[in-house]
Amino acid sequence: MTTVFFLIFALTAIGAAVAMIFQRNPVYSCLCLVLAFFALAGLYVLLGAPFIAAIQIIVYAGAIMVLFLFVIMLLNLSAEERERPKRPRFLPFAVAVGGLLLLELALVFRRAPLLGMPAGQSETSVEEIGLKLFTDYIYPFELSSVLILAAIIGAVMLAKRKI
Amino acid sequence: MIPLSWYLVVSAVLFTIGVVGIFFRRDLITLFMCIELQLNGVNLALIAFSRYLPDISGQIIVFFVITVAAAEAAVGLAIMIALFHHKEHLDSERVNLMQG
Amino acid sequence: MIELLIIAVKCLVVFTAALLGVPFMVWFERKVVAHMQMRLGPMYVGPHGVLQPFADAIKLMFKEDFLPPQANKVVYYLAPVLGMTTAVLAFSVIPFGPQTNLFGLLKEPIPLQVTDLNIGLLIIFSATAMGVYGIVLAGWSSNSKYPLLGALRSTAQMASYELSLGLSTVSILMLAGSLSLNEIVNAQAGLYWGFIPRWFVFQSPTGFAAFLLYFICGVAETNRAPFDLPEAETELVAGFHTEYSSMKFAMFFMAEYVNMIAVSAIATTLFLGGWHGWGAGGDTSYGWVIGLGWFVAKVISLLFVYVWLRATLPRLRYDQLMAFGWKFLFPASLVTILATALWISRQVS
Repeated sequence: MTTVFFLIFALTAIGAAVAMIFQRNPVYSCLCLVLAFFALAGLYVLLGAPFIAAIQIIVYAGAIMVLFLFVIMLLNLSAEERERPKRPRFLPFAVAVGGLLLLELALVFRRAPLLGMPAGQSETSVEEIGLKLFTDYIYPFELSSVLILAAIIGAVMLAKRKI
Repeated sequence: MIPLSWYLVVSAVLFTIGVVGIFFRRDLITLFMCIELQLNGVNLALIAFSRYLPDISGQIIVFFVITVAAAEAAVGLAIMIALFHHKEHLDSERVNLMQG
Repeated sequence: MIELLIIAVKCLVVFTAALLGVPFMVWFERKVVAHMQMRLGPMYVGPHGVLQPFADAIKLMFKEDFLPPQANKVVYYLAPVLGMTTAVLAFSVIPFGPQTNLFGLLKEPIPLQVTDLNIGLLIIFSATAMGVYGIVLAGWSSNSKYPLLGALRSTAQMASYELSLGLSTVSILMLAGSLSLNEIVNAQAGLYWGFIPRWFVFQSPTGFAAFLLYFICGVAETNRAPFDLPEAETELVAGFHTEYSSMKFAMFFMAEYVNMIAVSAIATTLFLGGWHGWGAGGDTSYGWVIGLGWFVAKVISLLFVYVWLRATLPRLRYDQLMAFGWKFLFPASLVTILATALWISRQVS
């Protein structure tokens, strides 16, 4: 049962990702990526991380990708896409680099010492994550809030001033 | 039970698709989406490790990655809007003011 | 086997109830608005016009299903389905009543809830977050000016008010100490001094503030008056669904009403004690009926407030909407969280 779900989610994620990079219309690319994020959220649930799965959907699919879609619509990018040349020039090069990278990653992962290990505890609760976040990881947590503040100010400045 | 290696394969494939996209796409919005895809490939590996180690820290790191991605998207898209107002296109090959 | 059957029946019942709530809500809205304006409202179809929404539905079904020539076909068909799905999704985690064996029909008592998840509230937020897509894609795929403007407005509006919506529930999470809606409801059982219910609205002084903030954001999230900018008919014809007709329009229409019912049901669960009330639950065989009755009564009174707002308030201007969301609701919800933290620390010490 789990295997079936894994295969569905994994194939959906990979298929949507491939479709995303080959779509010429940026809105379609965006929607494919949202689908990939959903499939990844499914994989996170299978891995016993329901909190991260929910965050993935709320933040990634629900906020970040909506922002992308908003910008694409605001700038009306799909009209411009039609004037482009049909064949991307770098495709063979890109596929070659991608194949090399995949090979390299496969070699690295083969050396991972815990490949044969069985899965650990079943499901992480929100309490565990909260406790860890506010004890061991309190400084990164506070730093990330500063980062977000900086991002907000940066975005406002960029959007306001005419360059 | 699904072995760890399956998750790692999916993660590696997703990351590679992101890299391939960055190499041959030209509009900045899609490039940005490819970066998000790479981040997600890494996230999947981290969560898989956190399940099999088992160590919850992997999930915390993913939490931070998502936070950083949100901040990155806000600033990056603001840059793109400013660039578009300035240049009327988002073609990465024609944004070459900094090239000598 | 019997468990799977129970889950399937639950899904079916909740789905049907959500969909049947729509015609009732349409009729209720038209009647209440009419009476507030010294009119009678629909009177011809059925007694006091109760069958009017069904007549409207039949009319919509037989209308021509028009596809705008320049529209983006796939996305154009996808958008209403997305809108409808995400609207119904929220009902999957809401507890409607106490455990029951349905007057001895079943051996084991079952909870009146489709599924109780540890991250129940986050599921609801996911559904809300995905609800934007239906509207945005509808506006974009119609390839027409007014829908696009409506979609752009609604993206900005829903993204802004979602923040305060989420933050306003944080104080409830702090009081209940759980994300599971079942546990949140059970934390509100019992009475103070024998007559004041221990709902979160009454449990802490900040509970009521959080409830008001949640409800205002909920009204904005469902694009209802006075926040119905995305479909402002005086400016944008019909906003994001201008180009939609027939059943596809009906799906957007139903999604809006299901969303209203969902926001009211969530507000009931989080702030007004869910199904708890005098005589609900307990060991009696009919306690679950009273619990369900309490739940429905609370939801309907919140829906009445929705209609009341629509009949009373004029639409906000766009800049007023944004200023209200970011400069008032957002800081106010942050202050509410802080005040709740202080309140809890005082209670503990």
